[in-house]
Formats: sequence, structure tokens, C-alpha cells
Amino acid sequence: MESKLLDLINTVQTPEGIDINLRVAGIWPRSIAWTIDLLIRGVMYGILAFITGMLGEFGAGLMLTGFFLIEWFYPVLFEVLNKGMTPGKQYLNIQVLNSDGTPVGWSPSMLRNILRTVDFLPFFYGLGFISMLMNDRFQRLGDLAADTIVVYYNSKTTLQTIPVQEPIKLGVNLNLKEQQAIIRYAERSGQLSEDRMQELAEILNPLDVPDHNMIKKKLLGIANGLIGRK
Amino acid sequence: MKQTEFEKKYEELWIELESKLGLISQVVISSNETVDIKEGDRKNSKKSRLTLDPDLGESFPEKYRLLCHHLSLARSRHYSPLLVERLEKLVINAHQIYYRRKTHFLESVLIYFTSGFAQSVRNEWRLVLLSSILFFGSFFGMLITLQYYPDMVYTVISGEQLAEMESMYDPSQDKIGRGRSSGTDFQMFGFYIFNNTGIGLKTFASGLLFGIGSIITLLFNGLTIGGVAGYLTYIGYNSTFWPFVSGHSAMELFAIVLSGSAGFKLGFSIISPGRKSRLRSLKDSAKEAMYMMYGVASMFIVAAFIEAYWSSMSDIPAMVKYAVGIVNFLLLTSYFLFVGRHRAIR
Repeated sequence: MESKLLDLINTVQTPEGIDINLRVAGIWPRSIAWTIDLLIRGVMYGILAFITGMLGEFGAGLMLTGFFLIEWFYPVLFEVLNKGMTPGKQYLNIQVLNSDGTPVGWSPSMLRNILRTVDFLPFFYGLGFISMLMNDRFQRLGDLAADTIVVYYNSKTTLQTIPVQEPIKLGVNLNLKEQQAIIRYAERSGQLSEDRMQELAEILNPLDVPDHNMIKKKLLGIANGLIGRK
Repeated sequence: MKQTEFEKKYEELWIELESKLGLISQVVISSNETVDIKEGDRKNSKKSRLTLDPDLGESFPEKYRLLCHHLSLARSRHYSPLLVERLEKLVINAHQIYYRRKTHFLESVLIYFTSGFAQSVRNEWRLVLLSSILFFGSFFGMLITLQYYPDMVYTVISGEQLAEMESMYDPSQDKIGRGRSSGTDFQMFGFYIFNNTGIGLKTFASGLLFGIGSIITLLFNGLTIGGVAGYLTYIGYNSTFWPFVSGHSAMELFAIVLSGSAGFKLGFSIISPGRKSRLRSLKDSAKEAMYMMYGVASMFIVAAFIEAYWSSMSDIPAMVKYAVGIVNFLLLTSYFLFVGRHRAIR
């Protein structure tokens, strides 16, 4: 790493000796996810109460058992069986993992959700909030004890390819950083607007050549050459 | 090797894994070049997106290792960030499937109740002793005090609640027990599970606060339960109260004590971490405490079952109920003392 910036990236080493980078989710997305789950649980309580309400006293027993299960096991079931995602977390694309990047199992999930009680103290996640601000992985107390983290989950890979052009061989040798900058520029050509592409290319043009498009083309050509197209 | 060459050589493997893992590779192409993705693969990937256990075939470990190799190559050769990112995503997802923990549920439950649970309780005998002293000390202290100073009951229970308790165990009533005047056995079963097990789990969790939560809950429960028992004994409701509670008392009171111990385990791990860091110590102890809590939660549920279905039977002679209560107590005590003694600790 060249620079130590404040970052959400958390690096975990796998047994294969590979570093994988996980992006830790902060307080805001987690609060939203929690709120969504709260609403869903509210609806579940409502439906359960309505259905069991028609069954008389037997229904009341069923309702309380159901309330118990929803209160303690709603997050656990989803986290273990749905890749670490409760519906709220799924909506925000975040998931719970063990801190070594492996999927969360029954015990850690139970632990982090039972200890939610303490995170909630003294009122509305006071301790959880303080705990999350005090460590670099936004772990609340339950996460610390269960050794879990909440990270962003990305299911889609967006593959950008560099537009094909006549490769240009440069007379000078570019260093690594310069090469990467040009390749990165070319790869982003699908995401950036034409104007922005030209604007960026212009940085390299101190002589103010009137045809901006030419510089952009040249850069893309160099990129083609750098990644080894013939 | 230039990046393009590298990509061409291994792209097939990546696309295969991506579609099997349900990662949809969305190819953004800004020129006429196309990346070859077969229609079939696309459909497959959409279908497999929701499956948790995609069929990855026997060669998955081999392919996974190869993929890791590709990622480290791509990184060390400084290939473009987007290629590295793509491989990274693939590795993260494959890693999660490869290292999923496989559990044999029934087997582990069996091992747990035939040795693991009792072992873990014995292992923490100091904490169990501490919570027992706190809980049973306050319980019997209150119970005995009330025989001489009955007014003391108002220090722990409000007059309203006391009146309610009094009416519940009134010998002139035909149905006794908590909230028995209305409600069937199953309704009460639901209530006991919701209430008691919830309290147990909260006692455990609040122990994390340096054990303070455990102390408070244990003392509070000891004093209130002792208060009710002492007061009802004092006013002479012996014929209804004691037979009613004798059946489930061993199970329920032990469960309260054990959830307090599990809470202490969390709290003390932070107070005196020994040679570990506080965080490390908390993580290790939390794992063990959680292991114990599975059994404690089951005990609460069994206690709820006994309380709802056995204790409420009012036509059984008191002597039988006492006998059952004593047998339950002896069984439970010997379970914790002897079960799994000769088996290796997990």
C-alpha cells in the first residue's frame, strides 16, 4: 500500500496466502438495515397476532411462542441460512461474516444477536454505537464477542473492457504508476461521459491542441499497447 | 505475460466459476469486441443465483486454488485494477463456499447433551458456585426473613403484585399458578417460554457489562422469588404453592443460576483476561459461554413444559408432586455431576 488513507477496506488473509479486501459497512447502512428488519418484524408480529387471535387460548400460547422465536431467532435464521443477510441487510447489500471472511455459523450468529441486548443499553444502541465508533471495523459489542464483521456484499461483477483501437507503441518507457493510470483511464471509458473523458485527457495536453478527441484516442491507443493487444 | 494474453488464457475458468457461483458477469463493452458468454451459462447463472449450495463439482478445490493463484499473479504483475477486482470478487465468493463450516446437526446435539453441556458446566464450577450463592443466598435469605418480618416483602414486591400472587395460589381456587385463572396449559407454555427464556438470555447478555448485569438479575430474581415463596408460606398457602412449584423448580432455578454463570463468564473475561488481550479473552470466553447457553435455553423450555403441563395438574396428591420435584432435583444434580466425565472434552 502506497498510502495509508482512512478506508473501509479490511484485509483478510486466506489459507491460500491471498489477501482479500472486504469493505466494512458503517453505522448508517446498518441502521437502515436494522430499521427495515424492524418493520418486517413488526408486520410478522401483526400477522402472527391476527392469525393466532382467531384460535382462542391455544392461539395465545402459539402467539407468545412465535413472538419468542421472532424476537431471538429472526436475525439468526436469516444470517445463517441466507449468506449472512437478513432481508434488511440484503436490501442494502451488506452481510455478516466471521472476521476471517468465512460465512457466519449458528454460534457466532446467536451470540451476536443475543448480545444485541447489551448493545441496546442504556437506550437505543448507546453502547453499540460507542463500540462501533471505537474500532476500525465498526463492530458493536456483539460483533466483538462473536468475532464477526458486517461487510458490503457485491454479487455483480461489472466487467469493463478497454475499447479496441490501433495500439500505439511509445518511444519512451512509462513507469508502473503511469502505465496503471493510463490503463485505468481506458477501462473507465464505459462509465465516464465523453466530455469528462476529454477533460481528463486534456491534463496531458499542455500545448492546447484544438482537437481534444485526438488526445483521448491516443491515450486509448497507448492503453491498448500496454495491455498487449496487437 | 501481458494482461490480454493472461485474460484470454484463463477467462474460460473464471466465467465458469462466475456462473456457477451465481455471480452475473455483466460485460460492458464500448466497442465491437465481445466477450464470449454462452446463452446457456447466462441462464444458469440466473437460476443459480438464489441457490445456497451450487453444484460446484469435484474439481472445485482445484479450481479455487488455481483462481487464488491467478489473483496473486494479477496483483504481483500489476494488472489493471478492474481485472484484480473481478478476480477478488470471485475469490471472496468462492472462499465463502469453500470454507463453509459443515456441521452434523443431530450428531452434535447428541454429543452436546450426553457430555458437552455437563462438562462445560463443571468446567465453570467456580462461576456456578458464585451465581448459586448469589441466587440461592438471596432466595433463602428472603424466605427465612419473611417468616419473622413479613412486612419486608414490600421491599421487593409491590402490593398489587402481591395481591395478584395471593389470588393465584388461593387454596379455594380450582386452577392455580401464574395467570391460571384464565388460559389453557398451552397458553401458559407459550407465556413461560416467552418470558422465562427471554429473561435467561438477557441475564446472559447483560453479564457482558463486567458481570454487573448477572449480579443484578440473580439478586433480583432471588429476592422476588424468595419473597413470593416466603410470603405465601407465611400466610399459610402451603398446600397450593409448594406442590405447584416443586415439579419445575429444580429445572428453572438451575437454569437461572447457569445463565448468570454464563454472564459472569463474559464479564470476568474482560475484568481479568489473564495472559490474553481483553478482546481475545472475550472472544474465547464468549464462545464457551454460548456453548453453555444452548443447554440453559433448553432447560428453560423443559421447565416451561413441566410448569405448564405437570405443575398445573391440581388433582395429583401433594406428596406425589413433592416426590417428583425431589427426583427431578436429584436427576439434574447427578446429570451435571456425572454425565460425560469419562469422555474427552470436546
